[in-house]
This record gives sequence, C-alpha cells and structure tokens, in this order.
Amino acid sequence: MTMTSYLEFEKPIAALDARIAELRETADTGEIDIESEIERLAAKSRKLLASTYAGLTPWQKTQVARHPARPHFKHYVAGMFDDFLPLAGDRAFGDDKAIMGGFARMGEQRMVVIGHEKGDTTESRIRHNFGMGKPEGYRKAIRLMDLADRFGLPVVTLVDTSGAFPGVQAEERGQAEAIARSTERCLTLGVPMVSAIVGEGGSGGAVALASAERVLMFEHAVYSVISPEGCASILWRTADRAADAAEAMQVTAADLKRLNVIDRIVKEPVGGAHRDSALAIQELAKAVREELETLKVLSPAELRAAREARFLAIGAL
Amino acid sequence: MNWFSRVRNSIPFIARQDSTPDNLWHKCKACGEMVFAKEFEDNLSVCPKCNHHDRIGAASRFGMLFDDQIWEELSSPTVREDPLKFKDSKKYVDRLKAARAANVGNDALTNALGRIHGNKAVVGVQDFAFMGGSMGMAVGAAFILGTERAIAEKCPYVIFTAAGGARMQEGILSLMQMPRSTVAISRLHAAGLPYIVVLTDPTTGGVTASYAMLGDVQMAEPNALIGFAGQRVIEQTIREKLPEGFQRSEYLLEHGMLDMVVERKDLRDRLGSVIDYLMAAKAAA
Ligand SMILES: [Zn+2]
Repeated sequence: MTMTSYLEFEKPIAALDARIAELRETADTGEIDIESEIERLAAKSRKLLASTYAGLTPWQKTQVARHPARPHFKHYVAGMFDDFLPLAGDRAFGDDKAIMGGFARMGEQRMVVIGHEKGDTTESRIRHNFGMGKPEGYRKAIRLMDLADRFGLPVVTLVDTSGAFPGVQAEERGQAEAIARSTERCLTLGVPMVSAIVGEGGSGGAVALASAERVLMFEHAVYSVISPEGCASILWRTADRAADAAEAMQVTAADLKRLNVIDRIVKEPVGGAHRDSALAIQELAKAVREELETLKVLSPAELRAAREARFLAIGAL
Repeated sequence: MNWFSRVRNSIPFIARQDSTPDNLWHKCKACGEMVFAKEFEDNLSVCPKCNHHDRIGAASRFGMLFDDQIWEELSSPTVREDPLKFKDSKKYVDRLKAARAANVGNDALTNALGRIHGNKAVVGVQDFAFMGGSMGMAVGAAFILGTERAIAEKCPYVIFTAAGGARMQEGILSLMQMPRSTVAISRLHAAGLPYIVVLTDPTTGGVTASYAMLGDVQMAEPNALIGFAGQRVIEQTIREKLPEGFQRSEYLLEHGMLDMVVERKDLRDRLGSVIDYLMAAKAAA
C-alpha cells in the first residue's frame, strides 16, 4: 500500500521509505546489488515501524486514531458485513450524516449497525460534518435502537468522533438532551449491544453510542472525556501541552482496559489500521462476531442487568 | 449568634480602606448594585434590584426547600481518590484539598432527605463552589446513592444541577458518570418513582448531556446558563456572534427543553405541586 501521509513521529520511517522508492526508480534494470539494498532498507523500515508502533505515546496514538487514511464507517460496513441496508432520518427534523446506520448481516447474523462517519474527502467530510453528530443524528440512533429492540436484532456501534457538534442550532434542538437519551436508550436495550471505539472516542458524543455491555477498542484508538488539546488549554492554559494532557488523562486502550472502561482490545496491523485496512476490519469483524455469540444466550432482563452492573462497577473501590 | 453579631465578628480588626466589609454589603455580580447582605440573604440570594439568582450551596438550598427547615443530610459515599494520579500545573489531590478547605463539603454533590409539602423527597444539590461543581466519581456515587435512598424511601429524587461539566482530572472515569447516573435514573424509573431536575446556573457539558436532561419534569431557575457546548467553543466553530439570550433558561424553555422557569422564591411550592401530582397515584395505591 502506498502511503501518502506520514505522521510527524514517523519521519525516520518516511525517510527510509523515500530512499527505497528512489532506489526502485533507478533499479528497473534489475541490478542485483540495488535489489539487495532495497531489501535491506525495507527490512529496516519494517523493523522501525514495528518498534515505533510498539511504543506509541498517548499523544502519538491520538494522531494515529485521527489519521485521515484510517478506515471509517463506510469501510467497516463494506468489509465486515455481507449486506448493509442503510436507514435514515430522525422523523422529526432531518437526517444527520455524521451518524450513519442501518440493517446489516454478517453470515446469518442480522443486526443493526450505527456509527460515526467522518468522511475521507473534502466533499464527504463536509457532508458528514467531520463525524460530529447533531441532535438529529443521536435521535436517529435512538430510533434505530428502538427498531432493533422491537425486532430482536443485536446492536453494533462503531464509535469515531472528536465529539458532538458544538453549534447554535445543535444547542437549539437539544444536543444535550439527544445525547442523554441516546445513552439511556443504549442502557435499556433488551437485545445484545457491542460497541467498538474504532478511532476517536470523543466525550459525550461517543458515550451516547458506547454505553454497551461489551465495549471493544482498537489498539491505537483513544477514548477520553475531552480532547487532549481542550484539556491542555483549560488546565495548562495552552493547547501546546496536549501531549501532557493525553498522558495525564490516560486515553489509550491499555489504560482503559486497566480501568475496566473497555472489555477487549482489538489488535491493529503493524503500523496502525490505516496501513492495512482490510486486515484491521477483519480483526474487528472477528471480535464483534465472538462477542455477539457470547451474548446470544442472555435474556433481555439479563442483558440490561449485565449492562447496568458493568457501568456501576466502573471505578468501584 | 444573631445576624448582627455574625456580621460584627467577621469585620476585620483593621478594616480595609478600599472596600466595604464583605459581609455587610453584597455586590450583585450581574448589575453591580450594592445590596445590604441581610436583605440579599432574606431574598434567597436573589438580587432585589435585577433578580439575578446568585449561586448557592447545598445547605442554603435545603433550608429553602424542606418543610420546617428540617432535613437529614446523607453521608457522602467513599470513592477512589485521584485514581489517575493526575497532575497538571497543580496536583489534583491538592486541588481537592483546597476545595475542601473552603468548607463547601467533601465534594460537589450533597444529598438530603426531607419533606416538601408533606411529601418525602431526596434532594441532591450540586455546588458550583466545589471545583466548578464538576462531575467526577464522587458526584456520580452521590447521585447513585441519592437515587438508591429515594428507592428505599419510595419517594422522588430531585436534583439541582450546577456544573461546568465533567472533572477532567479523573479522565475517562468522569465521563463514565454519564452512563452511571443514567443507570441510576433507570432504576428509579423501574421502581415507578419520579426524577425531577432543577437546572441552576451554570449547567454545561457532560452533566447537561446526561442526568440534567433526563428529568420527568424539567425546571430551571431564571437566566441560568444551560448548554452542552461552551460558548467560546461554539463561537470558534461558527465564527459568528451568538444570539441574544443563547443557552439561558428562557431560551431553553422556548426551544422545548424545559417545562418551566421558576423563580427561587416559588421553587418550593412548585416542587411541592409537581411531586404531589407525580406521587398521587402511588399514595392512593
Ligand atoms: Zn443585581
């Protein structure tokens, strides 16, 4: 896969890859020593990539989680499911394309899938409002959860948002209420619910879709109460201290697993999900399938009880 | 100690030349008018000149609400203190110590059980004076405890919200108070009991986006700032001036987010009526 954008901390890897590309151009004659040099550099690059990603700081992970080439909702849906039938609208105001959803089938397992879509081109990013949901988006999610509950379909959510949209109209239409009700709807579902934090889990806008009995998280995803920049600008009085804020807030999958906020970490390909989207999506599909399988045996009351107990236990002494 | 001796005792030995003694006069934060402190207090900490509802703590609130000014304060639950060993420019434990030294309580949410118009109610009050009322594990645990006591007493839970949002120093654990408090509300509802929200100035962020918006009946004090996103964040996003009265109680009422805006002096009676309606069928059963 050709890489178009390297992150700041990947510069040494980028330099090696550029050197390899350069050599490749001059090597079309097939000279043996250049081929072996390319192989040597490629091995070095792979090793450096692996070691870099094995030791990512919370702030570096934040950048990986936001990487523009990281798979998004539409990629997951296309890769995870054998069928996807999108549904739209909140039946009250409009259709928010920052939060997508619909019926999906994985083998014989039918379900409702809901998730944030950030978009991946300028045009689609604007259309999807960069994955920042508005009240009508959360109300669409509630509607789809109602449907799922009524017809016995499990709910799978894919969380990837920097946060709910901060805007005048969103406030006017009850952004806070929509988020609160969506969280409430997750918690009262009588069908299995599995959430996956696939990129950014940004505050209330994430919780509204992630209050499930099983919460999965990609290895390099982040999940936090406020963005590191936001936290830094309030507590350190400068957004420049975002790296410190990310560290202090403990935003990584390993941190959240230790705090029992998430249940399972899903491994990413070496170098992050954006380096091998297909493999990342396959790993997630496998994890979701396994989780749904274990939840199938529980009654609606047991599912609700398990979900309540899970959240009440978080942070317990 | 009567009011006069309280004032007299608090006057510093050498009075500062540049200002009136703090306890004798109250300067309104909204209109800047000086009001005799006693008059201000008797007026429930509402400015008699401009009707600005000043922020008040739990004890004052309980005193204004419960029959015969009698209530039982619920002990605050024990939680993990500083679970993340958080430190910014200051250590979180030091911020907690400083907040506690200011004598506003052990954390930002205090519950009490009492009667309003004869009906039992558990009332929780969030105090903005304690780290901006922020919602962390202690607030979440107190909220849960309040609802549990309400279930045990078969009475409503009334929450007075006031918070800048989640307590960042507890990281994701503060965020988790959104679903945790929501579970508590679901349990209250499963027991057939009312959950009543009174929003006070200010209520923003994760608190608004969870338990502050889930009331069976939603009230607010006049002109309270209530919203999800901060005004500065919104201005930076849309790059335009915010509309007049944006995110104030009356604005929320107009946009269907509240049932009523109630002046502080009427709150006790209004809560009494609402509880009476919501508990009538239960009382008859
Ligand atoms: Zn005034």
